[in-house]
Order: sequence, then structure tokens, then C-alpha cells
Amino acid sequence: MREIPAQAVVDAVRDASIRANIELGDDVVEALKRAVELEESDVGRDILEKLLENAAIAREERIPICQDTGVAVLFVELGQGAMVAGDLYQALEEGIRQGYEEGFLRKSVCDPFTRKNTGDNTPIIVHLNLVPGDRLRIWVVPKGGGSENMSRLFMLPPAAGWAGIKEKVVQTVAEAGPNPCPPTIIGVGIGGNFEQSAILAKKSLLRLLGTPNPDPGLAPMEEELLREINRTGVGPQGLGGRVTSLAVHILMMPCHIASLPLAVNIQCHASRHVEIVL
Amino acid sequence: MDAEYHLTTPLSDRDVEPLRAGDRVTLTGIVYTARDAAHRRLIELIEAGTELPIPIEGQVIYYVGPSPAPPGRVIGAAGPTTSYRMDPFAPRLLEMGLKAMIGKGKRSKEVIEAMVRHKAVYLAAVGGAGALMAKAVTAARVVAYEELGPEAIRELRVERLPVVVVNDILGNDLYQEGQEKYRILDT
Repeated sequence: MREIPAQAVVDAVRDASIRANIELGDDVVEALKRAVELEESDVGRDILEKLLENAAIAREERIPICQDTGVAVLFVELGQGAMVAGDLYQALEEGIRQGYEEGFLRKSVCDPFTRKNTGDNTPIIVHLNLVPGDRLRIWVVPKGGGSENMSRLFMLPPAAGWAGIKEKVVQTVAEAGPNPCPPTIIGVGIGGNFEQSAILAKKSLLRLLGTPNPDPGLAPMEEELLREINRTGVGPQGLGGRVTSLAVHILMMPCHIASLPLAVNIQCHASRHVEIVL
Repeated sequence: MDAEYHLTTPLSDRDVEPLRAGDRVTLTGIVYTARDAAHRRLIELIEAGTELPIPIEGQVIYYVGPSPAPPGRVIGAAGPTTSYRMDPFAPRLLEMGLKAMIGKGKRSKEVIEAMVRHKAVYLAAVGGAGALMAKAVTAARVVAYEELGPEAIRELRVERLPVVVVNDILGNDLYQEGQEKYRILDT
């Protein structure tokens, strides 16, 4: 059994949460640069260039890309040959607590009724899976509220099929309009069940922009959805244009014979994700 | 062709009357920050007939919850939050003479109508460009509800804060106009 000290988890998560919020990933920067080339609207191009400028300022001056440094979502894969000496969940939470304090990140978590801020950006949201191997892999994915609010879940009848899925995905993005800070990345989860479709949609956002879907059957479906979405005219910041979304990512799994679950998780252009391997 | 304006707060009817959806504006002076929780409290005070912690007439409210200021800076990242959540509260403030709101995203029919009725405008800042927007902020201090943390009301001094007019006093809507221009309909 390979042992990983809990403190190593705390330190890695702390550093990753700060880095994720301050340094926009190269994949997103490259996607925004490609979007500048594609965009026909002057206002749209101006916005895309401002987003690139914003990313450069954040990186250089060490302040967050966006003030909404989000709820901390962590996808965790624990190898079955590894064990964390101590409490894994507490270590993850402590890492986030320290990162949000030391990194001057905004604490954005509150009680749903009283709306009182918890003060340290906890609790966190953890999706833990046991996998083969002896490594601990953690994706730190801060998720903002604006794009999360525009996300939707549909329990479609199986007869709706691909046409029904397309209609709902495009409708979700069109209705969201300017609210989720386009250009967005659209995470689509198909199948599973009610909660699994939402997790698939969110997990699909971990894939780096510009990399193909590992399932060759899904790649053309992603392209078709992106094409349809970019016909809506929503454009950068919803002010009109060709680039409403930078990419569509799909994850799929089998589902009940009576169901066709569909989740659409919208991610704003400030797509923050840092991967740690311990 | 869309025009460009430079305005100094507080604003008068004369300042906002010529603005049209699509015009670019830079703002200099004081703007107040308020988002969900602060709006709820302001409306409760108004309903109770109590004095407000900030002036409303002629003022500009920026929907933002900035990230904490690191040492040596006046503010952290400070981009706009989504405005529709303030729609239930905005008409009452517009009635009291609020002249402009800065945020991102669509407003309700009620808010757009209230802007026409009371001569006010809705301005959009670039959502997710918090580091860039912070450069326009030269001073910041909490004026009310410190316990709300990022949701406290802050007085920001801004220098050429860049925004674009989305809704003007005629009821025009830049989101609608802009998107229609680029929408590709099935043939």
C-alpha cells in the first residue's frame, strides 16, 4: 500500500486552487485566440481581445481572472493501491480553506436560507472514485455561479432521440443568452440517470479544449452541436456574434430503458481547472 | 454609428438622455457596489421608511462582489455579476432616481420599462474580466453591511470604467439587436 500524507494533499490543493483562479489555462487562451479569428462582429472581437488582456493582467499581477472564484469542485480518483494517511476529505477541505484565504480568493459559499457566508469557501463538493493504481489524482475545478445558474437537466422520453437532445442543448444556450458570460464551453451529459447525467456533464468540462473526444462516435456530435449553438447569434457576452461557445464536450453512458437523461452544464470562458497527481 | 461618451458621476437626466444602446461609455467618479443581499436590505429599509446608507438619486450601482484586495492593492478582481437577480429590486430604486446600473446579462420587462419611465440606463461591463475592470478602480471602502463580506456595499472611485449601453431611455435592447443581427435561421 502506498501511503500519501494528508499534509501533501492539503498543500497541493491549496496551491492548485490559487493557480486555477489566477492563471487561465493555455487551452482556454488558445481557444480564445482562435475565436478572435472566427468572430465577425467588431464588438465581439473587441470583447475576446479584452478577455485575453484580462488573462494576461491576472497572471502578471497575481489577481483572480474573475472575482467569482466559485464553489470548489474537486474530482478525485484514488488508486486502490494508495491510502491517504489521515482524513482525505478534511485534507481536501483544508487545502481549499487555505488557498482561498492565502490567495485572496473570494469566499462565495453561503447558507441557502439565511444567505450567511460560511466565511472560508467550504463546504467543498467532492466527486470521489476508486480506480486501479496507486496514485491520487485530483482536479481542482472552481465553478462560478453565473454559468451554473444557466445549466439545465432534462429527463427526455427515449423517443426524443438525438433531435430532442440537440433541441434542448441549443435552447438552453440560446435562452441563457448573455447571462453565463459567453463565449462558453458546453458540457453535455447523456444517459446514466438523474444525478449521473449532471456529473457526466460537469466531468466533460475537465477535458482540455482543442483535444478530441476519446470516443470517436461522439466527436461529430460535439461538432454538430457547436455549429448549431453558434448559429444562435448570441456571441461574445451576448452582444451578438458568431462565437457563442468555444466547444461542446459530451460524456455518455447507458441508461434505463424508460429514460433519456440529458444534462447541460454551462461553463463560462473563465474555465478553471488544475490537475494534481500525488 | 455607435458613439462614445465620457461621463462623470453623479449623473443627471441630461447625461443619460443622449445615450443609445450600443454606445460605449467610460465612467469616472463614485459608483456604489450592491448585489443580492445588499439589495434586499436596501428595499427593506425603504419599505420601513428608514434612511439608507447610500444616496440613490443620480447615482450608479455596480452589481459586483469583488475578490479581497491583496496587500498593496485597492481591490481584487471586480467584474460584473449577472443582473437579473436584482430585477425584483431595481424598479423601486429607479423610482428614487437611480440613473444607471452596471452588470451583465438580460433585464426583465419591468426593469426596462422602469428605465424608460424614470430616465435611466443599464450598462454592461465585460463579464469575467475581473482583473481588467479592477484597473479602473482607484479607491474602495466599505460603507455598509461589512458582515456580508463580498456582498457588502462599497463605495468605489473609478477612473474611466469601460461599459457599453445595453438598455437606453427609449427601451432599446442591445442584446436583442446584436443577437438578431448574427442569428442564422433555418431555411
